[in-house]
Amino acid sequence: MSTSTADQPLSISFERYRLDNGMRVVLSRDPSAPVVAVNLWYNVGSRNERAGRTGFAHLFEHMMFQGSEHVPEMAHFAMIEQAGGSLNGSTWLDRTNYFETLPAHYLELGLWLESDRLGWLLPAMTQEKLDNQRDVVKNERRWRVDNQPYGDWDERIQAMVYPEDHPYHHSVIGSMEDLDAASLEDIEQFFRTYYAPNNAVLSIVGDFDPAHARELVQRYFGDIPSGAPVPPIPGRTEIPLTLGGEVRDTVEQDISLARVYMAFRTPPFGSDEFHAGLVASYILGQGRAALLYRTLVRERQLAQDVVAYAFPIVVGASMIVVWATARPGAGIDEVEAALSEQIAALSEVTNADVERAMALLEASHLKDLQTVDERADQLSMYTTMFDDPDRINTALARVRSVTTADVRAFAARYLRPDNRAVLRYVPKNGGAS
Amino acid sequence: MHRSSSHSPRAHQPAVGPPPVTTLPPIVVHRLGNGLDVCIVERHDLPVVDVRFIVRGGASEDPPEHAGHAYMLGDLLDQGTERHSALEIAEQADTLGASLETRASWDSYAAALHVLTPRIEPALQLLADVMLNATVPDAELERGRSERLAAILQERDEPRTIATQAFNRHAYDPAHPYSAPLAGTRESIAAVGRADLMALRRAQFAPASAFLVLTGDIAADAALPLVERLFGGWTAQRTGAGGDGRASMQQRTPGSAARVHIVDRPAAPQSELRVGRPGPARDTDDYFALLVANTVLGGAFTSRLNMRLREEKGYTYGAGSRFAFRAGGGPFMASTAVATAATADAVDVIVTEIERMTDEAVPDAELERAKNYVVLGLPASFETTGNVAEHVVEVALYGLGRDYYGTYADHVRAVSAADVQAASARWLGRAGLTIAIAGDAGSIAPELEALKIGDVNVDEYG
Repeated sequence: MSTSTADQPLSISFERYRLDNGMRVVLSRDPSAPVVAVNLWYNVGSRNERAGRTGFAHLFEHMMFQGSEHVPEMAHFAMIEQAGGSLNGSTWLDRTNYFETLPAHYLELGLWLESDRLGWLLPAMTQEKLDNQRDVVKNERRWRVDNQPYGDWDERIQAMVYPEDHPYHHSVIGSMEDLDAASLEDIEQFFRTYYAPNNAVLSIVGDFDPAHARELVQRYFGDIPSGAPVPPIPGRTEIPLTLGGEVRDTVEQDISLARVYMAFRTPPFGSDEFHAGLVASYILGQGRAALLYRTLVRERQLAQDVVAYAFPIVVGASMIVVWATARPGAGIDEVEAALSEQIAALSEVTNADVERAMALLEASHLKDLQTVDERADQLSMYTTMFDDPDRINTALARVRSVTTADVRAFAARYLRPDNRAVLRYVPKNGGAS
Repeated sequence: MHRSSSHSPRAHQPAVGPPPVTTLPPIVVHRLGNGLDVCIVERHDLPVVDVRFIVRGGASEDPPEHAGHAYMLGDLLDQGTERHSALEIAEQADTLGASLETRASWDSYAAALHVLTPRIEPALQLLADVMLNATVPDAELERGRSERLAAILQERDEPRTIATQAFNRHAYDPAHPYSAPLAGTRESIAAVGRADLMALRRAQFAPASAFLVLTGDIAADAALPLVERLFGGWTAQRTGAGGDGRASMQQRTPGSAARVHIVDRPAAPQSELRVGRPGPARDTDDYFALLVANTVLGGAFTSRLNMRLREEKGYTYGAGSRFAFRAGGGPFMASTAVATAATADAVDVIVTEIERMTDEAVPDAELERAKNYVVLGLPASFETTGNVAEHVVEVALYGLGRDYYGTYADHVRAVSAADVQAASARWLGRAGLTIAIAGDAGSIAPELEALKIGDVNVDEYG
């Protein structure tokens, strides 16, 4: 990759093109380590699930690792691991991605495996595999959600921030009941609807010869026919950027420390206003000098930990979620009031606060881009979401253009009590002893 | 569905070209006049530098009643120095866009810095300040103490932590430092005083037992004068071996029966399982054989434990195992979380698979796959300047020799099925296994009893 100094925007060179079947391809050569990352984004996530099939996009992702017509069961993992590679996939609200990082001379293996499951998945699907992966996913839910303190927070927050007919109303992991209902017919239908080259982006980053890579991509993906146009996202995707009133809920759980979550509706990822929100979230929660850490954790010692996070999601509205865990002895009302107070204090945010956040944002951006797999993932993301892989280079400048006045205006418009969901977890037995 | 014939290029796994030549970057080592070793690995593809400052010592030297002292000191190093308050240090680091963290682990105290090249000088100065001049202000100790005590309360709600801590408590003799949590217990944290931490610091922090690692976009000629200026005047002497933790590292009598310990979590939907025993120290001759053995057993996705428990039986989202290699004999531990109803069967599978490592030679093809996984994956583990720094730290901390990674692949390739079986016989096997479970005792205890693997006990907790 070509690089930069601290004061110039990062520059990652790449070439992009489109196969005849509509698949978008981004190639970015970097010979500095003998590795190559292969990364595919499919423009489908839990937002595309129909009623009664929550969790299906993620269950489907698991089925993509169960072999395809020319790849025997379990061979996908085995071939990559014995090549010294690492691999995974993940499902999110807006997308599903699949990726492997391989020693450079195994690029062709990665492309063969990825193309086979895009073009030839269905002949390998069986009821036995589906039942097995359904059990695995149900255990994933138990592990992440049901057997974890505060484990269902995102499920609850999404349901509070988005109306019932919005695609973000339900969680990625889905309900046990809906997972139980998934059938092989659902697999076939979902595959035929969403897993087509015209709904996919392939990024390759690392040590390869671009002409050779183009030839391999054509050889393995070129003969996969395009699919029908992808149907629109179900439900109501246009919603106001603000909630129009506070929503509250309290949950009793077997926990020692109370916790309060606050979620604010915001403009979607990719918009200029989202960047102001991103900076605001860093001012609040990133680093040990962050506003919430400094006041709630250090000075007043009301909170055990604080987090502020801007969700990078694109349909209708995004959200910023802030939370604080109460110290033993600190009342949850007191913690909530302190959170509200500090968020309100963003109306007086200073240039120094903004600069501190910018420095952290820049550092974390550059640190992320040190690895080929992260670069490939970002190229796929910006191509899938905005048809603009160059945002990997311009993202930082967009963030840098945010001014102190922008952050103040953002806070005044969105980080307000009538635009928030407040979710409180309190100990079942009334508190830690 | 479109079809392809067996002549199509996709009918078979593609052939593989020759591997690229991998050269691991050379380590330049320089010793300052005060005895501090400086290791530099130059790499100029990105304008970033990673720094590690390591002091030998750490939590292994805490006797169990002082559990968490080293950890607390590690946490407080950047919370105030002779020159700067905690907040000033945090603000300076943030403003430099530098990530600077200090911590203690079992075998060392470490400061880790990642920063853009143009800001290396002020950032390194900040690192030197926290590692050489920490004062552990009373107010920060009290704040750290109450934060830690609250975290210990939180850990009682987290099944993963509950299971791991129960495993360590039962796998090691109560006098062994590894029996206690790295970050301490309610009692040890409540009792620690500033004098304890300052004494620990005086005893262990000295140039002769420390080293500095710089990797990335920095030239050795430019770095050394800067390092000399910031660290050359440091003249502390190590006043002692620290606590007497090392002395009490005896292990539980080997050959005893396996034991099952349940920490009861009524109505839990899953059981968190930990199965293992104390393993060898980092300097064991069995290191490479165990690395390969563990890859076969539980170190990769396609390892036996994950294949059986996840892909065959669907009991879990994932299962794995590892040897925690430390200066003393750290634990070998297999871990998974399974649906409550599958608990006893999962324990049986894990114990059977552990035992099979000693009972049967690993088939050639499986052995080859495991070795390839380890060897071919090595270059990717040197991708970032932070990766390189961590590797150099490991080499220097455990005295592995400057050419360690140059010969690493040869060592792995040389491991035979007989080596794996012999090393497994020494460090794995059924006898003496500790099986710790956080789960619903009422549902799982009867079936665990019926397995007749060993005594089943339900822990008092809290």
